[in-house]
This record gives sequence, C-alpha cells and structure tokens, in this order.
Amino acid sequence: MEDMTFTEFLIKTTYFVAVILFVIGLKRMSSPRTARGGVVWAGWGMVLATLVTFLYFWHDPDWTNIGLIVLGIGVGGAIAWWTGKKVAMTDMPQMIALYNGMGGGAAGAIAAVTLYKGVPIGADGEPSLTIGFLAVLGGLIGAVSFSGSLIAFAKLQGWMTKPIRFKSANQVNAALLVATLVIGLFLLGNYSTHIVLVSLFFVLALVVGVTLTNPIGGADMPVVISLYNALTGLAVAFKGFVLANEAMIIAGTVVGAAGTLLTQLMAKAMNRSLASVLFSAFGDEAVGGGEISGSMKPIEPSDAGVMMAYAERVIVVPGYGLAVAQAQHKVWELAQLLREKGVKVSFAIHPVAGRMPGHMNVLLAEAGVPYDLIFDLDEINADFEKTDVVLVIGANDVVNPVARTDPSSPIYGMPILNADKAKNVIVNKRGKGKGFSGIENHLFYLDNTRMLYGDAQAAVAELIHAVKAS
Amino acid sequence: MVIEPLDFFIAIYIFMLAAFTGYEIIAKVPVILHTPLMSGSNFVHGIVLVGAMVALGFAESSVGRVIGFLGVVLAAGNAVGGYVVTERMLEMFKASGERK
Repeated sequence: MEDMTFTEFLIKTTYFVAVILFVIGLKRMSSPRTARGGVVWAGWGMVLATLVTFLYFWHDPDWTNIGLIVLGIGVGGAIAWWTGKKVAMTDMPQMIALYNGMGGGAAGAIAAVTLYKGVPIGADGEPSLTIGFLAVLGGLIGAVSFSGSLIAFAKLQGWMTKPIRFKSANQVNAALLVATLVIGLFLLGNYSTHIVLVSLFFVLALVVGVTLTNPIGGADMPVVISLYNALTGLAVAFKGFVLANEAMIIAGTVVGAAGTLLTQLMAKAMNRSLASVLFSAFGDEAVGGGEISGSMKPIEPSDAGVMMAYAERVIVVPGYGLAVAQAQHKVWELAQLLREKGVKVSFAIHPVAGRMPGHMNVLLAEAGVPYDLIFDLDEINADFEKTDVVLVIGANDVVNPVARTDPSSPIYGMPILNADKAKNVIVNKRGKGKGFSGIENHLFYLDNTRMLYGDAQAAVAELIHAVKAS
Repeated sequence: MVIEPLDFFIAIYIFMLAAFTGYEIIAKVPVILHTPLMSGSNFVHGIVLVGAMVALGFAESSVGRVIGFLGVVLAAGNAVGGYVVTERMLEMFKASGERK
C-alpha cells in the first residue's frame, strides 16, 4: 500500500467506485420502480472504469497499443451501438446472446494474450500455477461461452432451425471437454510458449461450445443464454484474478452468482432441471404424445370477434407468435375496444412464454398495456374456469394440457396456463405445425377450441374489425 | 508498470463475498424483470473491457496485438451493446401515471 504511486491509487479508487455503482445499479434494476435509473448508475461505473484504465499507460505510453485500444473501442462500440439501437424489441433475446458471446470472446482473448506470453508470474516472482490455472480455466469458459452464445444467437435468429443430434453426443462432448482441459494443464508446464498447443486449446474450447449448444432445442434457449451469461461473468472474474483487477473479480463474480440463480429460476419455471436442459435431447422421443381424439376446427374472424364482443370475460394468452408478428400494439387495441364494450380483459403470461422470461411483459409494456391487466400464472390460473373466451396468440407449449395429463410427454409436470378449462378457446396460429418443442398440442383438438389461422397481426386486425362491426 | 498479483486469500474472500452479493441482489426479483436484469448483468460483465485494454496495452508481439485488439473490440461490443438494449428495454417500464 505504502509503495503505491498516485496513479495506481487513482486507478484502484476509481475501480472501487465503479464496483459500488455496478452493485447499486443491479440492485435498482431488480425493482420495476427504480429499474430505469439502475442501468444509468451501472453505465457511469463502466465509463469511469474505462477512462481510468488509460492511466496504466501514463508513464510508459506505447502509442501503437493505445491507438489500437481507442480504435478497438470505437469499432466494437459503434457496431454494438448501431445494432442495439436498430434491433426490434422482439429480437432482444438473441441480441443479449450475441453481446454476451462477445464478452466471453473478450475473456478468451485476454487468456490467449496471457498464455501466449507463458505462465503468469506470481507474487514471489516465480511462475504461479494458481494464476496460470485460472488463466486456462477462464480462457476455456470464455471460449465455450463465445461459440455457444453465437450458436444460441443463430438458433433464435432462425439461421439454424434443426437441432443437430447424434448418438452418444454427451460422451463425445465429455471427451472433448476433458481433452481441452488436459491440453490446458499441459500449458501450465513448459509448453506454455508453444504456439500450436495454445491454439489447439482454444480451437477445441470453441468446438466444445458448439457441440454443447447444438443439440439443445430452441425452447430451452433462454435457460442456455442465461447460463452462458453466468459463465461469462465467471470467466471475467477469473481473468480479474490473472490481471489482479479487483473490479473485474467483483463485477464478474456478482454476475456469475446472479446469473446462476436466474438460470435456476428460469429452469424451475419450465419444470426442467439444468442437467436435463443441457444433456437430454428434447422432443425426440415422445413427439406422438399419446392418442389425439377429435380434429382441429377452424373459425372465421367475424365469428370469433362476435364471440369476444359478447363475452363477459376474456383472457389473452400471448406467446412467441405475437412477438414474431409484432402484434402487441394490435392486441392492445383489441383489448381496449373490448373494454369499452364492458368486457373484462386480462393478459395471462406464462413465465417462459416467448423466448425468455419476461419477454412478453416487455412487449406488452412497449404497446402500453398497464401492469394491472397483466397476470402471472399463479395469479390467474384459477380464473380460466370462469372465463368465456381465451384468446391464445402464438402460444403453444405453455397451454398444452398434456403437461398435466400425460406422464410420457417430455413437458409433463411443467406448470401450464389452464386455457383448456375456459368455456371457449380461440387459438391464433400461423399454420397447423407443431410448437417449438415439437409436441402435439391437445388443446387444439378439444371440442371448445377453435383455430384462427393466419399471421397474428393480420388475424387480430380482422378481430378488431369484427368487434367494431358487432 | 508492473501489475502486482493479489494475495491469494484476499482474492478468495473477495470472490466469496461478491458471490453472496450477486445472489442477494437477484433473490427477490419479479418475473417481469428477468429479461431486463439478465441484459443488465450482461452489461456489467462488459467490465472485461478493462482487462482487454490492459492485455492489449502491454502486448509486445504482433500475435498478442492482433488477439488483444480482437478482445477490445469484442469487450466494447459487450459493454455498449449490453447498455443500449438494457436501456431500451427498461425505458418501457413506466408506471401508469408516467404514460404519455
């Protein structure tokens, strides 16, 4: 402490302040009332930490490197700013995956720079195995998070529609992971400067991220993105140990712990364990899902509109189809129209509706739907029996009654919205295909269910027309 | 400037306390904030930018410079992108009275 220069003191103090801003910011983000201010607090922390880091090069400026740093921040920041501003609200989940992957990639890059230099030097001036080990581990996690997040992005973006699965994929993944770790441990010996071995380590780590994410179906992607978010946090924390940077250790660990808890909350909402998300091929075995009796019965928008206009109570169940069609504004218009006619309208949101928990809430909030009309699964599930019409818009698995009735179904046990208990159910769907999980939905075949085919935006527009006319 | 390594046990204590802090922050979050909060925490690990800057700043070889530069670009993308999407999402969370 006493031999600390003023520059060092200034850097460390600013990091300290930045970390406090991060923690306060995250804390504020966990309450709807203060959430908007929270991200601004954290943002100032980031600005301060970034600016003060330039002081590291104060006494010994290498202008080539400093120029490269400024250029890198400019290029990366500008691209991210532009894409982040431009992206539609419905595509937020994959953007989070993408930016998270970039963070993981950065952690991997730091590890690569460290490892190409050789084993890091410890406090006693000797090469430190502990720090070297953390550099290897952080590099591995960062690289896996990088390629894994990119696959998650590609899947949600619709670039990869079919999960790639093959026999004993788990064993192959395990073997790859062990091989990567073994090479990583070799790097701690005298192999550290061997450029081929370091490169092989990172290539293998990237492959592990791809093969690990590939078999996971799109329905489980939110959990996977959250997991990679936590892993990136952990990788950043490990890099913090390597670079003796307290801000990175604390911010990374806080995100690692918070992200792990968030991942568990999401997996729990889907009634899946994290292990089953990662290691079991979902939807392969039980696509049949038991006997289906009855048929899908279509309905004209005009009939559906009349049915809703003269109902006492209507519950809207939005799903991913609403997000794809950008129908949230139209749906709110319809709800307002019905409310003017004296119909009690509520929105029922399943915890994992859409591609992420809270995804539907964000969309409805964007359209201007007030909070007091939006209900969680627990709050509203008992009300379906007393409801005249349930309008399901682009939701599928979250209203599939087999989750309650068929123990052989892969989604058996998942809490669902009991839309099938309502007097009438209108399901808006693009076509006759199956849901994201690939499971037949028995709700569509019930006697009290009618299918309203078509793009959600167009279908709801026709409903509005019909309600106005009635 | 030489980067002084941390004392091992102090580092472990920092790690433990920060983990508890992260856990506590999330423990009582309502479902509607799950996505924005994931996005917000995604922004916070953008602090990796600081590490990427240091790694590039002290890089001596051209391989180190190339990888370090890549790291800074990616880290800046993480931080800036994470902030922009979080802010856009939270911008919609207005109480009924604040609506236009």
